[in-house]
Amino acid sequence: MFGWEFPPHIAGGLGTACYGMTKGLAENDVDVLFVMPHASGDEDESAVKIINASDVVPLTTSDNVEEFLGKVKFVHIDSNLIPYADPSEFKKIVTEERKRQVKDFRVQFGQKYNFSGKYGANLMEEVARYAITGGTIALEHKDEFDVIHAHDWLTYLAGIAAKELTGKPLVVHVHATSFDRSSEDKIDTRVYALEKKGMDAADTVITVSDLTKNIVVNKYGINPAKVVTLHNAVDFSGKETIHVERGVQDKVVTFLGRVTFQKGPEYFIEAAAKVLKRLDNVRFVMAGSGDMLNRCILRAAKLGISDRFHFTGFLRGREVSEMFALSDVYVMPSISEPFGISPLEAMQISVPTIISKQSGVAEVLKYAIKVDFWDIDAMADAIYSILTQPALSKFSAEQGYEEVNTLKWVNAAAKLKVIYENTVNAAQK
Amino acid sequence: MKKSICLYFQVHQPLRLRLYRFFDIGKDSHYYDDFTNRTILSRVAEKCYLPANAMLEELIKANKGRFKVAFSISGSALEQFDRYAPKVIASFKRLADTGCVEFLSETYYHSLAALGSEQEFKHQVEKHAQAIEYYFGVKPVTFRNTELIYSDSISAMVYELGFKTMLSEGARHILAWKSPNFVYNSCLQPKLKLLLRNYTLSDDIAFRFSDKGWNEHPLTAEKYISWVKNALSTDDIVNIFMDYETFGEHQKASSGIFDFFKAFVNQVLYENSIEFVTPAQATKKHSSVGDIEATDPVSWADEERDISAWLGNDLQNDAFGKLYDLIENLSIANDEGLWSDFGHLSESDHLYYMCTKFFSDGAVHSYFNPYDTPYEAFINYMNVLSDFSLRVKEKVKLK
Repeated sequence: MFGWEFPPHIAGGLGTACYGMTKGLAENDVDVLFVMPHASGDEDESAVKIINASDVVPLTTSDNVEEFLGKVKFVHIDSNLIPYADPSEFKKIVTEERKRQVKDFRVQFGQKYNFSGKYGANLMEEVARYAITGGTIALEHKDEFDVIHAHDWLTYLAGIAAKELTGKPLVVHVHATSFDRSSEDKIDTRVYALEKKGMDAADTVITVSDLTKNIVVNKYGINPAKVVTLHNAVDFSGKETIHVERGVQDKVVTFLGRVTFQKGPEYFIEAAAKVLKRLDNVRFVMAGSGDMLNRCILRAAKLGISDRFHFTGFLRGREVSEMFALSDVYVMPSISEPFGISPLEAMQISVPTIISKQSGVAEVLKYAIKVDFWDIDAMADAIYSILTQPALSKFSAEQGYEEVNTLKWVNAAAKLKVIYENTVNAAQK
Repeated sequence: MKKSICLYFQVHQPLRLRLYRFFDIGKDSHYYDDFTNRTILSRVAEKCYLPANAMLEELIKANKGRFKVAFSISGSALEQFDRYAPKVIASFKRLADTGCVEFLSETYYHSLAALGSEQEFKHQVEKHAQAIEYYFGVKPVTFRNTELIYSDSISAMVYELGFKTMLSEGARHILAWKSPNFVYNSCLQPKLKLLLRNYTLSDDIAFRFSDKGWNEHPLTAEKYISWVKNALSTDDIVNIFMDYETFGEHQKASSGIFDFFKAFVNQVLYENSIEFVTPAQATKKHSSVGDIEATDPVSWADEERDISAWLGNDLQNDAFGKLYDLIENLSIANDEGLWSDFGHLSESDHLYYMCTKFFSDGAVHSYFNPYDTPYEAFINYMNVLSDFSLRVKEKVKLK
């Protein structure tokens, strides 16, 4: 299995999903060799064997990447692509990466390459190097696995390389697509090309929701017969319960996530303004940072609701849990969300949750309140009802808690095992 | 009759807010960044207030009372002197005792109360007058509004409070073809005399003194006096108004600003053709040459010389509106601690930090701004304001 990150060092949901998935697979008697670009050594290896690509010497040098990979054709790759950074972070990252690159360029291909394993400015270069090292690793462990599983576009090249070199079938797992990262006319074509290359080369494509499956079929032109939806699950074991003393007596309605176009922060503000016209004992919080933040702050000021609409900026680890614990309603108004794990976190601590119908998680949740992201009246209505109807908020909290606890990785992994078996069988025919 | 030079220096330090997060609302009602406030105040006291006061005291004593100057010191600054640098108060007191220094009246908190609430405006002006009398033993008779903000309606309020002289900006849009170098009067209250800042001559010192790119650099006392004389060849009075921090803080001591100023004063007094006057003396000595009409407020800030540095975007308008909405409940609660926090939240600086006019006057703005972006300033301020309004509400409930 090729991943990019693994807890505890994670930047997004991908690492968490990989962790839960590998644990679930172990419970279903599937052994996993997990390859990641940069392991720190403190990863939980109870259910998985981790191979650190930074420790591996590739078989060959840069000049004959294509020779080495045989049939695999690599596009030329530029660096300085940052998928998850907003402009304010960009400058900092570029400066840091420049320093790093100067040092790293002295290290030639053919030696160990110290991957950052992050989402930095030389991401594309790392992706290419990861493919070379990944292929090497696959060759070394040729007799230990039956199927290759690659998570998201960052690892697709490594997956393809491994397939070409070993002949084993490839499963690519689509956690997000370029279309979820930016609006349609602004997608990064280099990333799109890599994504499509991975999906085309794969024997089976797994998507985290039917919503994502549609995108894969319609926007990437992938044969629907080889695309399977496998919904994510959640693992809350060992998660401490946080009790936070509330400073305000008012009810708190929370938006938590990157403040970017795809997350629909503007709809949350408009709905908030509508609710605030009717209720005065409620506060809205927008927790997170992103390229839409300043626009949102201005909009809230323009609507004259800034005394009741608060911005926290980017929250880390424990602050996120505290924010959930302080909330009476959690709203995820995403315009496009392949899955969306955060509503599950809210439900797990009994916070009534409103999600957009345009999120993958809406496919698995029966009890969450669902609205169209653009329907601010419905959103305002739902918020208002939860705040004013104790029966509804109690029901929503209790059912949500029950429901979220049925979404276990062990069950999802059992389905994954079947997908593996089908893929291997089909490949042998 | 000799022509006049009127010098006035503004002394103000805001009480800067600490990083106040959403999580603090309702839990912690200390809003101020004590460390930063103390650090900045001590620095400015060492570099500016103390050496500049010593210079003025020397000039007054050496010239046997012929050198005169005026100060306006905000209550926010006085509070911080009292707390962090009492030596500064003592040195201002020595200046007051020479009888050659006039202390002006302003809003205690260096606020925009004149634009927000007449009741609060009067309250802050009275509070400031009491503080000046307490520290310096004099009762102010001349008014200068925050950032020299002036309009017809403000002039009416000021006159009603008993002032006969007021300072403002010699802005083009109220003067048109007229010269700022005369005494004028309010069109609504002809008995309220106006002294208008000569912004060219003032900014030559305050902004341009050490600017090596300026074609008049370096500025010598002789050159500057020739400009003043040139202005006074036809006109009555040159009003040179600026931030006191010009001396040693904005213009470093190494730029020669202190020596320049001493040379300027000594040379003027040596030639003895022009005399120094305080604002109150100026309006007694020179009679008004006409009305000034100002329907919209003017100020001494930026190229626009209007109020857009404080109330120029949605963020600022929302914050300002939300703050002054609290006045009614504050009056009901009538709690000293709440009034004090309200006062500090009304300091104009907080709105200034939210200014988005980055491109024209951004250099000056960023110099005075502890926040990276106007948005951060706004978020922080609104979080503080939320906690504050909760406290007001609580108090009202108890009444």
